[in-house]
Amino acid sequence: MKAVAILPWIPVFPLLGFLVNGLLYLVSHAKLGGKDAPKGPHGDAHGAAHGSAAHDDHGHGGGHADHHEIPFAAAHAVIGPAATILSCLAAFAAIFLWWGETHGHEGVVATMWTWMPMGANPTWFGGKAIAVDVAFRLDALSALMLGFVTFVGSLIHVYSVGYMGHDAGFGRYFSYLNLFMFAMLTLVLGASLPILFVGWEGVGLCSYLLIGYYWDKDFAADAGKKAFVVNRIGDFGFVLGIFGCFALFGTTDFGAMFSLAAADPGRYAAGGLLTAICVALFIGACGKSAQIPLYVWLPDAMAGPTPVSALIHAATMVTAGVYMVARCNVFYRISHEWALKTLGENATVWGLLTHDAAFIVAVVGGATALFAATMGLAQTDIKKVLAYSTVSQLGYMFLGCGALAFSAGIFHVFTHAWFKACLFLGAGSVIHALGGEQDMTKMGGLRKLVPHTFVTMFVATLAIAGVPGLAGFFSKDAILAETWGAGYKVLWALAVLTAGITAFYMFRLIRMTFYGTFRGTPEQLQHVHESPASMTGPLYVLAAGALLVGWMGIPKFLLGKENFFERFLEPVVPALAAGWRPEVHEMAHSTEFILMGSSVLIAFLGIFLAWTFYSGAYPFAMPERIATSLGGFYRLVRDKYRVDELYEAVFVNGLIKKGGRLLWEIDARVVDLIPNGAAGLAVGMSNISAWFDRTFVDGAVNGVGNTFQTAFRGMRRAQTGRTQNYALTMAVGIFGFVCLYLLLT
Amino acid sequence: MNGLLSLLIFLPVVGTLVVLFVPREKSSVIKWVTTLFAGAEFLLSVPLWTFAGFRKSGDFFFRETRDWIPSLGAKYSLGVDGIAALLILLTTLLSFISVYASFSAITKREKEYYAFLLLLETGMVGVFCALDFFLFYVFWEVMLVPMYFLIGIWGGPRKLYAAIKFFLYTLAGSVVMLLAIIALYFFNTSGFLWWKGLGNLPTFDIVHFQTIASSIPGDLQLWLFWAFFIGFAIKVPMFPFHTWLPDAHVEAPTAGSVILAGVLLKMGTYGFLRFSLPLCPDALYSNARFLGLTTVGWVAALSIVGIVYGSMVAMVQKDMKKLVAYSSVAHLGFVMLGLFALNNAGIQGGILQSINHGLSTGGLFLLVGIVYERTHTRMIADYGGLSGVMPVYAMLFMVILLASIGLPLLNGFVGEFTILTGAFLADWRWAAWASLGVILGAAYMLWLYQRVFFGEMTQEKNKGLEDVNVREILTLAPLIAMCLWIGVYPKPFFEMTAKSAEKIVATVAAPGLRHAAREAAPRLAAVTPTGAPAAAAAAAAAAAAPAAVAEVK
Repeated sequence: MKAVAILPWIPVFPLLGFLVNGLLYLVSHAKLGGKDAPKGPHGDAHGAAHGSAAHDDHGHGGGHADHHEIPFAAAHAVIGPAATILSCLAAFAAIFLWWGETHGHEGVVATMWTWMPMGANPTWFGGKAIAVDVAFRLDALSALMLGFVTFVGSLIHVYSVGYMGHDAGFGRYFSYLNLFMFAMLTLVLGASLPILFVGWEGVGLCSYLLIGYYWDKDFAADAGKKAFVVNRIGDFGFVLGIFGCFALFGTTDFGAMFSLAAADPGRYAAGGLLTAICVALFIGACGKSAQIPLYVWLPDAMAGPTPVSALIHAATMVTAGVYMVARCNVFYRISHEWALKTLGENATVWGLLTHDAAFIVAVVGGATALFAATMGLAQTDIKKVLAYSTVSQLGYMFLGCGALAFSAGIFHVFTHAWFKACLFLGAGSVIHALGGEQDMTKMGGLRKLVPHTFVTMFVATLAIAGVPGLAGFFSKDAILAETWGAGYKVLWALAVLTAGITAFYMFRLIRMTFYGTFRGTPEQLQHVHESPASMTGPLYVLAAGALLVGWMGIPKFLLGKENFFERFLEPVVPALAAGWRPEVHEMAHSTEFILMGSSVLIAFLGIFLAWTFYSGAYPFAMPERIATSLGGFYRLVRDKYRVDELYEAVFVNGLIKKGGRLLWEIDARVVDLIPNGAAGLAVGMSNISAWFDRTFVDGAVNGVGNTFQTAFRGMRRAQTGRTQNYALTMAVGIFGFVCLYLLLT
Repeated sequence: MNGLLSLLIFLPVVGTLVVLFVPREKSSVIKWVTTLFAGAEFLLSVPLWTFAGFRKSGDFFFRETRDWIPSLGAKYSLGVDGIAALLILLTTLLSFISVYASFSAITKREKEYYAFLLLLETGMVGVFCALDFFLFYVFWEVMLVPMYFLIGIWGGPRKLYAAIKFFLYTLAGSVVMLLAIIALYFFNTSGFLWWKGLGNLPTFDIVHFQTIASSIPGDLQLWLFWAFFIGFAIKVPMFPFHTWLPDAHVEAPTAGSVILAGVLLKMGTYGFLRFSLPLCPDALYSNARFLGLTTVGWVAALSIVGIVYGSMVAMVQKDMKKLVAYSSVAHLGFVMLGLFALNNAGIQGGILQSINHGLSTGGLFLLVGIVYERTHTRMIADYGGLSGVMPVYAMLFMVILLASIGLPLLNGFVGEFTILTGAFLADWRWAAWASLGVILGAAYMLWLYQRVFFGEMTQEKNKGLEDVNVREILTLAPLIAMCLWIGVYPKPFFEMTAKSAEKIVATVAAPGLRHAAREAAPRLAAVTPTGAPAAAAAAAAAAAAPAAVAEVK
């Protein structure tokens, strides 16, 4: 069996899971209307019962469904995870076969059917037809993504069985989650930009559905809509990028585009369309991966169930933007080299910002990393801290890509998936234990009460903080080193600062949650319990990942061996034609050691500060003093710089709602003047002619006069709705037509 | 299969007559007779789909020609190409669904209602079949009357205003179109005003006019184009001729809205494809500019304004039907933009999007109709939290909504994507502006959905709402199936239209190249690097332009 034979089946399992779960859910919840006869509300109080009853993220809050049986609960609990696990097995089988066939050097493509044959355009590409095929591609990059998406996805599905077990919408939840896996796998496997976009929109839809999972809560519905619309703003850029590729290459297939571009970079870079495409695609990435200025949806997305936050809004979907940029690395590299060639020696920052798409990526990524990290400092909602942390880490990944260190960026995607999923699931476990409490000021001292959760979360925190030897350390360090190597010293400094802040807020989280004394209610304390094995099991697996996966990418200067991760991804970063290869700056080992040392140092500084600030039985004394002394600035940070309010005022209420109302007024008062004015004119003219008729023509020329009078009265009557007039109008039309014919021949 | 088209045209009229003979009290007999005729009509139109000729050639098939008014040269001449065939299929499908969907909505004067519905179908199918201008015009007008009554008798509170506005507005447009037809007629024979005639035998044969298109002088083409434009732009409707649409949609009964949005608006886009583009290709790139824009530039600009404007206005609507109506203005803006991209991608996308709009907007009107029948209100504020009591309805609504906002793997995406690709290849700025509609579309539709289905159930009386029944599911199921089919495997649909689209592109290509040569292609060069596309385009333009000019001379 060949790998291409398996590829199409990988997303099919979750799709089937979606259909079966969805149908079971609908069948068990539908109460179809009867015959057409009695319509209208008839005060059946039971109607609304199951709808509004059971939705609350806080598993044990309002969303308790213990009392009524969840229909098909067992079926959902089996089908949901099984669909993903089967897909995971298929994925690993495909990767295994592909490795055997190509040793990872090439991609294999499975083309299924022609999706959009858009025909040939005479003046373009020598009359060659443009088309989009439904095709999947397996190469080093998609294999890597495929591996961790299906594996982490399976873990989170298993975790969900425990976490969502009491929720009345259990079946709906799993059908959405399966649909998400289908879309995410399409995204990862897509062999062209449009197919990637299919998955891209699909994951966006599932994100929308799952953020708004507790749909009867306004904040959840709002957050879902916000996510979708902000993502659509990004998609605006994405689709323009796709059209640009059609215009430039006549195809959007990855293999074809990249080999064309890599073979003759000069031809495609000149004119700047390629750079424009890069920027447009990056706008798309900013939406999906929550970068400035489109990051605002991700913190709100925490309204969804916590496993969803772990899977979609931390480990997989939000990294799709990084994946896409890394996928198109050829374009970004060409754009960078072209900018350097055009700008020459005296390239300024402004010059780079206007010519070099990769530099834009680096700047936006670096800025987002720092900006989001500062917002994470002042949050007290445990999920919000993790959300801002995700935005910040995504910024890191883009910083890596922008420094043209695509393998470092993807490496961080990979390691981040493990420790961030672990952190979110751990947070979920804590929330579960406390019956829905998310506020860290009401936690504390949970170390002994939920020991498994604590241990696993602690490991993941060490990983994200950049403690040497753990996953996050290697990937973050690779990005920092490459940023320095690319010569972006300011960005490097910002990123190092970010690393310190990250370590600080993460240990702040650990201190507030697990140390000190419990600050919640006595009832909560009584009910605190460690989560079931279906939840702690995945936590341990993920923690093991956070501990170990970094070893895949140990830099060469440490062990003297080739960086395995970089080697693995080499085939998807193909060499450009001669004269377009960037100069390789080999860094001295001593520089690399100093760089690494400084990031380790700052990480420990952050940890130390957090540990001492949030110590003691009441751990807020010191932070409160600092907050007071900072005054307005502290409040600004706590209120997330009030960016949401600004967007709300300018775009939502200003541009869209006020603009829409204004246009509507115009529609009714100005545009509608065309028919109404014409009607008024016709009536007026009818009146004038009627008057003329009465006064002057009178009875003398009755024959002609009457015809006109009748005709014009007819037009006037048109306003009163007498239907026979329309038949008359038609008759007159045909009559006139015949007259004209007779006259002119 | 000679005579198939005649059968398709006149079967519904026979149905009308049969219905008129059924006693008025036998309401269920009336319903089922109508369903039978509409169903048979649909089944009879299926051979148009399976017929292989459309996929091989852009010619007209199923031709029928009989003398009709010999003194005028008017003939009873029928024939369809892939585009018309696809639109006929849409018509018969939506008509059938509309009949079935009316069972519980219409309770007064059922006999007349179903009679008119069938008569309307005759008019619509006739328009798509006619290959004679005279016949075309007759069907075009025949169609208006039943629709007028459907709105005027079975409509909402402001039905009279809406019906009259609809009727007069469309009539005004078609009178101008009639003028253009007359001008063509006389130009072909003895001459029209100061334009010297060709001296041919009098005829209204559309195919003949298409063959003489290159002999029509440029200035006459320009006049003809704008005369046709008024007729068709009102029908589409394009900004700023759209204001009849929201009124007509809101007041019409559900089936009326479905037919109106699904089929009647497509008459306009069909007119552009069948007449404006093939008959006046020189007008498209005429040197006569207004405010710096060519003819094509103007149509594209109005389409884009329609997209953005329609979406913005849809955003603030309080009435569900009005929201959907304004969304139609935006969707039809996409269709028009595609057609006037004047390349294969744009035109095929435009046609496909015409079909898509019929399916998804038709579906949305059906869905609004379903809750309207239960609550007798269309105000968004009267709903909220419906997901709880009507889960199946909520799911169906979501699927159709996603189709409407262009989610991949549903039909709307394929149409929009193809259109925008075509538009980008024509002028990247068109695609950039039009893509704003994609963002706005998601915003107003999801906001609508949120207000109707999410949140707490605030209206006490909605708590007892019944979910959809089996009949309602059956009316929506074919639409959803079609949305999925076109979304996942649209290839057969593209194949239906590819050859005809190629023909149209070929007609407009020569003037386009001449134009490009005149402009020395600065725009192309601005967008495209010195790479193959622009170079090829410029070279092709340079090579073809003298030849094309010579050809005309």
